[in-house]
Amino acid sequence: MSFAPEIRRGEVTIRHLSKSFTLNGRPLPVLKDVNLHIRSGESLAIVGASGSGKTTLLRVMAGLDEADAGEVLIDGKAVRGVGAERAVIFQEPRLLPWLTVIDNVAFGLETRGVSREEAKTRARRYVQLVGLQQFENAYPRQLSGGMAQRVGIARALVVQPEILLLDEPLGALDAMTKISMQQELARIWRDEDVTTVLVTHDLEEAIYLADRILILPREKGGEPRLIEIDMPRPRDRSAREFVRHREELLNLFGLH
Amino acid sequence: MTLENVNPPLTTNFRLASAGRTGVTMAPRLRALIGPLLSRYGLVLSFLVLWQVSSSQGWVNPAVFPSLDVILAALWDGIASGALLDDIAISLQRSGIAFASAVAIGIPLGLFMGQVKAIEQALDPLLQFFRQTSALALYPVFILLLGLGETSKVFVIFWATLFPTLLSTIGGVKEVDTKLIEMARTYGAGRLTTFRRVVLPASVPAIFVGLRLSATTALLLLIAAEMIGANKGIGFQVMNAQYNFQIPLMFAAILLLALLGLAANAVLVLLQRRLCRWSQPSP
Repeated sequence: MSFAPEIRRGEVTIRHLSKSFTLNGRPLPVLKDVNLHIRSGESLAIVGASGSGKTTLLRVMAGLDEADAGEVLIDGKAVRGVGAERAVIFQEPRLLPWLTVIDNVAFGLETRGVSREEAKTRARRYVQLVGLQQFENAYPRQLSGGMAQRVGIARALVVQPEILLLDEPLGALDAMTKISMQQELARIWRDEDVTTVLVTHDLEEAIYLADRILILPREKGGEPRLIEIDMPRPRDRSAREFVRHREELLNLFGLH
Repeated sequence: MTLENVNPPLTTNFRLASAGRTGVTMAPRLRALIGPLLSRYGLVLSFLVLWQVSSSQGWVNPAVFPSLDVILAALWDGIASGALLDDIAISLQRSGIAFASAVAIGIPLGLFMGQVKAIEQALDPLLQFFRQTSALALYPVFILLLGLGETSKVFVIFWATLFPTLLSTIGGVKEVDTKLIEMARTYGAGRLTTFRRVVLPASVPAIFVGLRLSATTALLLLIAAEMIGANKGIGFQVMNAQYNFQIPLMFAAILLLALLGLAANAVLVLLQRRLCRWSQPSP
């Protein structure tokens, strides 16, 4: 009997990644030689001013955009397009308006060939996880913005991805809903074994949720910075360490 | 709706009250029922009353505008004797075949064209050109090609009926939210799955707009086609009755056409409600 080392999944390695867009016929570099290693089960937040390429970086990881140079490795394998080990949560919930809440959650299972019955049973558990069991049969137009985004989160979690990619998922919500959703995300991530990459422009959200924060520089020559947030969870927004991290970040952006 | 739900227990409670009392509780119910009907159909009703009164009182020439009871009697005679039934059957057959073919070709072609940009771009100028050319202007061409029989009639109706459905379907497919398509992609949906689960359902409301326009067009063209070189059909009856100065019959045929149009529209609206429950406000 051998004790094989536990296989940890959901590891992301980014090597020499560059990408530029074309604007008015001229190349506009967005990402320049980005190198990064995301540990299995870690939650990494990516912050940066608009135009810093944080959403582009996430979309390349998702396989929705292609890099000009360099590569993204997931569990050692280079990413080619979308994949079952990754799920994306967008800023807009992107629910299908003709499907009920439960059918929306089951969607990602069904497209991957899970039978309708089985998909529905599994979806039901995740509808409960995000607290919407009473709205199982509601249509998206009957939901508030926060509720709709919960459905989007449930839809991503039910496919049990190794890596969850979030593109400003709470960006469109009001301040109160946002805080309660951040608490909910923190709770879900504690229970689910998943690597998360969160793109956000909300520094407090990044400190509240992330193990590490990647700060993308605005000017393309600049070096990306990484900050470790070593705080117990659930985190206290008024704790000294929390406030210190916020000041540190604000300083980095020259806003303090 | 709410009144209906609240009132029944009330009336049961007051079952022992005097008749006058019951009348008081009934009045608002009746008003709640009639109110919306009146605001919706009040104008139609006044128009019909005005028609009836002005004809029977001789304000207008009753030989040209017969009163409603005379028109309805002519309609009843025509149906009871079976004379109009033949016309209805042949008219329904012509517009039905044309509409069904237009739908059977227009929806699949539209779904295909909306998805494949190159084909849509190549065919669009041609489609716009055909659409702007009145089908009636082309009718002589169709007669020349297909003869003066049923084929040319059905074809001219089909021709005019095809475009609303085809163009609406193309528009519906093109306007599908690309963000939803991208979402489906991240969940591993291939081209076919994306089409079946995202593009098709998203296009249904637009397709129905086209279907309703097409149904109206089918009846419109039916009459035009039947006025030229037909010896049967509701459109023929309108012309024929006018030639023979059977004015009540003429109006009866016109009324029949209006009812057919309303019925076709009602069926499509009902179908749309069933298929697009998600886009309607909750009952």
